[in-house]
Amino acid sequence: MTVRLYVPRDAAALALGADRVAKKLAEEAAGRGLDITIVRNGSRGMHWLEPLVEVETAAGRIAYGPVKPSDVAGLLDAGLIEGKAHPLCLGKTEEIAFLRNQTRLTFARCGVTDPLSLADYKAHGGLLGLEKAVTMAPADIVKEVTDSGLRGRGGAGFPTGIKWKTVLEAPGEKKYIVCNADEGDSGTFADRMIMEGDPFVLIEGMAIAGLATGATKGYVYTRSEYPHAIATMSDAIDIARAAGILGPSVLGSGKAFDMEIRTGAGAYVCGEETALLNSLEGKRGVVRAKPPLPALQGFLGRPTVVNNVISLASVPVVMEKGAAYYRDFGMGRSRGTIPIQIAGNVKHGGLYETAFGLTLGEIVDAIGGGTASGRPVRAVQVGGPLGAYFPRALFDTPFDYEAFAAKDGLIGHAGITVFDDTVDMLKQARFAMEFCAVESCGKCTPCRIGSTRGVETADKIAEGIEPEKNRALLTDLCNTMKFGSLCALGGFTPYPVMSAMTHFPEDFSPAPVAEAAE
Amino acid sequence: MNVHVTGNDVGTKTLAIVGALKGLEGPLLPILHEIQAEFGYVPQESLPIIAQELNLSRAEVHGVVTFYHDYRDHPAGRHVLKLCRAEACQSMGGDEIAARVKALLGIDFHQTTLDGAVTLEPVYCLGLCSCAPSAMLDGEVHGRLDADLAAELVAEARR
Repeated sequence: MTVRLYVPRDAAALALGADRVAKKLAEEAAGRGLDITIVRNGSRGMHWLEPLVEVETAAGRIAYGPVKPSDVAGLLDAGLIEGKAHPLCLGKTEEIAFLRNQTRLTFARCGVTDPLSLADYKAHGGLLGLEKAVTMAPADIVKEVTDSGLRGRGGAGFPTGIKWKTVLEAPGEKKYIVCNADEGDSGTFADRMIMEGDPFVLIEGMAIAGLATGATKGYVYTRSEYPHAIATMSDAIDIARAAGILGPSVLGSGKAFDMEIRTGAGAYVCGEETALLNSLEGKRGVVRAKPPLPALQGFLGRPTVVNNVISLASVPVVMEKGAAYYRDFGMGRSRGTIPIQIAGNVKHGGLYETAFGLTLGEIVDAIGGGTASGRPVRAVQVGGPLGAYFPRALFDTPFDYEAFAAKDGLIGHAGITVFDDTVDMLKQARFAMEFCAVESCGKCTPCRIGSTRGVETADKIAEGIEPEKNRALLTDLCNTMKFGSLCALGGFTPYPVMSAMTHFPEDFSPAPVAEAAE
Repeated sequence: MNVHVTGNDVGTKTLAIVGALKGLEGPLLPILHEIQAEFGYVPQESLPIIAQELNLSRAEVHGVVTFYHDYRDHPAGRHVLKLCRAEACQSMGGDEIAARVKALLGIDFHQTTLDGAVTLEPVYCLGLCSCAPSAMLDGEVHGRLDADLAAELVAEARR
């Protein structure tokens, strides 16, 4: 009987040699006359163990990792095919603590199934949400999503159901679902993992959004930096169309919905929804003033839902299991689960989906295992390049939209980047300004010019030139950017800058440069 | 590839690409991606043709091309090495790796080696933040770079 082996096709696994491992496995197995099938699954999200090879046995899936091509012969010698012991053996995949302690709703199938097998998708609960949605009235679908408490996972945290309701009630012959897959924040990769590891869940979520709002066309706008995600999504869309999930009659409902994938061109600001819409229309990715809301006048001036990948990919489970099931996870006004991405200088980096409410300290120390370098954690940046730096003193902050806002931070897309004690926070503050200067769309002055002045001011502080005056100037500049910018790029760049200055003042008081001649 | 293309050739191919894609909603970015895939950059000669076919001004097309970091106005080297400069990679010594790669290649970001072999570009995040520092060589991703792996990548790109 043929034995199924799993070697991920996720970009993180590929970056660590998964293709070479899969090739070596195929060669070695052929040489030994072993009957195996290699499934290229998504990643389980335990990236420090990638490439993670799994074998399906009668007792369940057994994991080995991290596997190098040079380990393959030894693994087969030890009995990998039967799931036998080896120094790289991690036991049953599902029982690895990092995975076992998660609540996987959105990522339930990621890493488990073959991403491009519709049969696999259905066998693991796929399409149940859409099947239910096709029998419901649009307003009832919207109500279900509203009742679930699902909020935009892109960062703004706006209630998804309210947005859908606006589009449903907006007059218009043609409406759109636009999926924001322009995941440009450093420290985040959840969107990429879904698109590479379970693309059908995103397609299903978008189709449900279409049925709920009367939109008949969807676009996934993603990044040119994600070639693997683009390839997998494109293939999945073709498969879904051939199977009647997309097209003139979604699952035979008589209601039309189709979609395509579009690629950005390396502009971070296009992750902002109005810049994204301009880019999708073929214009410069310049931010639009709101109002009008995209829900009323979005893509090509028509009513448009703009949702993040994870928001849309969470909709199928809401529809399948009901609003109450989803809403029962979480705390306060942050309902359901959030895929936390643990990145940077961390021992156990990867994706951890859990209900809202864990403290930052639990995530970084207990789940992440501290730094990869073994040095003390000094700062963690939460929410990407526009997110605040948190010191250890704030590690009791629970992971919740409002709790982070109360500490002058943000959850953003739930990426956490860990830094050890070698980090220079003045340098990080300068980088935040530099990044803003590189990526500013140029529409509003505080962002376009303020960011460049910010870099110069940070440099003056570093050089010891009137540090007190320049710290005050930098604070004032941040205030202007925060309140004077149209979008989050200029408006949120002050978060990393001000948090660095507030929590790590010692880095902003460098010793004056010694005079050259003494 | 530093392939020489005549102006006439650019015109014919541009027209074919625009013709195939102009029916899309918001066709300009897909067209520019195709043109760059065809020629390795976006030739100046393409712009008036695109403008005319899409009923845009040449200035509008120029504005779009120059807005986005991806579009080149001249061909890249035979290989393109992108190094991530974002925070997660910084936390794992990405700046040191970048400095080493620059020294090995003898060029800075946005430059091409004199032999036309390698163009070095910064990228702000490849989504490989849990296996930093990361890089992309001609579309292939590489993670957990250290000094040795970076040197190997440079050697591979040099070939």
